[in-house]
Amino acid sequence: MKYLYYPGCSLEGTAMEYNVSTRAFMQAMGHELIELKEWTCCGASAAEATSRLLSLALPALNLAIAEKTEGAKDILVPCSACYLNLKKADEKIRKDPALLNKVNLILKEKNLRLQGKARVRHLLDVISQDIGAENIRTRVKKDFSGLRIAPYYGCQCLRPYPVFDDPEMPRSMEPLIEAAGASVHHWDMGGKCCGASHINTEPEAGLELVLSILREAEGADSIVTVCPMCQMNLEAYQKKISADYGKDLSVSVLYLPQFLGLAIGLSEKDLRLDMNLAVSGGFRNKLRGKRSEVRGQRQEVAMASAA
Amino acid sequence: MNQAEHKEKLSVHDALAPIREKIQACIQCGTCSGSCPNEFAMDMTPRHLWRLLLMGQAEDIFHSKTFMLCSACYYCTLRCPRGLPLTEAMGELKQIAARENLVPYNQSVRFYKSFMESVRRHGRVQEMEFMTLYFASMKSPFLPLRFAPLGLRLMSKGKVHLHIPLQNDPESLDAVFRKAEEMEKVRSEK
Ligand code: SF4
Ligand code: SF4
Repeated sequence: MKYLYYPGCSLEGTAMEYNVSTRAFMQAMGHELIELKEWTCCGASAAEATSRLLSLALPALNLAIAEKTEGAKDILVPCSACYLNLKKADEKIRKDPALLNKVNLILKEKNLRLQGKARVRHLLDVISQDIGAENIRTRVKKDFSGLRIAPYYGCQCLRPYPVFDDPEMPRSMEPLIEAAGASVHHWDMGGKCCGASHINTEPEAGLELVLSILREAEGADSIVTVCPMCQMNLEAYQKKISADYGKDLSVSVLYLPQFLGLAIGLSEKDLRLDMNLAVSGGFRNKLRGKRSEVRGQRQEVAMASAA
Repeated sequence: MNQAEHKEKLSVHDALAPIREKIQACIQCGTCSGSCPNEFAMDMTPRHLWRLLLMGQAEDIFHSKTFMLCSACYYCTLRCPRGLPLTEAMGELKQIAARENLVPYNQSVRFYKSFMESVRRHGRVQEMEFMTLYFASMKSPFLPLRFAPLGLRLMSKGKVHLHIPLQNDPESLDAVFRKAEEMEKVRSEK
């Protein structure tokens, strides 16, 4: 299948490995991504905190670009914050023709016009619904049977629009993790909040929320995420949080397409595991699997990480 | 009270009216407070905030940090038995604080405004420029130190770049921002 692709600002900077691994995984599963030309920032959490009109117009601008783009209808969005901004604009505009007119007055400045025809999809929606666990299972090349993975969904791909999962008790990642041969770390933190941009503006509250998640991840080999903001919050402050808490809470944190990509035989290099901030040596060894057919690749990976 | 303060007060008051309308049906059940992951850090619970809003107590609302501590997790919006758009209402309170440059919220408001300024100039946020704008606006010599360790780690991974952003970027969204500002101004003057 073909998807329009909106990477968003984070995936060009602090979350490059999410971009690379999403593309690599989707390609390996036989799907084509058509990146929107001249996409712009969706407004992140900043537009919503400063201007209501811009918080709708910025995502709407990208919806309008998507409508003009040929080849596919569904817009695939890996970042949960971008996803919700685009989705929210779409939902509101569909229900409110007066708002659509207003937004179009703004888009005119860029010679764009929105009709309300595009369909916004989160990466996890596409992986769990369109691709599905069975499809992944048949392509698995590694033996991840010793791995225990904690699925972390965060907030904005689940709420307020329950599209592909239960907004309070999300489970959509579990069959995917099991299809990859690993076991699921069952916990209550999957849909809890990581504090989003609090880590910058209200660091004390933000760190407290991250602590509550890391504490419950104990026993897992890795957390997997589907949002650059969640990923950064969970991976970047482990040292400080462990020191303040008085206990080592470090744990590997991967993006979902990195983890699934490894399972189907893509290399650590293809998935840019070197860019993650929290991948432990022990976890890397476990990742390298035990099956004999992956030995050749194993050496290649070992060399790449030694280089 | 001088004239400027008086004017600020009036415009804050008017701006609250549409938000109050949204939460008119609140029954003060407290589900929102019980669902909020940030409640522990708030000086007033969300339920209490809605009550003050219903009573039109702008002063107390804008002495509290509660709405700025909303991280938009949407739990309250999902669970409110009256189906009220609470996260959106929190967002609109943040917008008032930003529009009026209310002093207690400087740290957050300047962070978000610096982000938006970079988007305005280039269409996409330029991380380094955004952080530079933020530090400059805060005028605090110690603030950059808080961000330095992570900044260096990200740089060593090649995730943030030091390149100087274009002047007069053809991808600028200045016209879009100006149009939106103009439309919001007309609305709030009405
Ligand atoms: S959950 Fe809804 S009805 Fe209950 S106190 Fe909060 S806003 Fe009011
Ligand atoms: S959306 Fe905001 S106010 Fe509501 S529960 Fe989440 S953090 Fe609290």
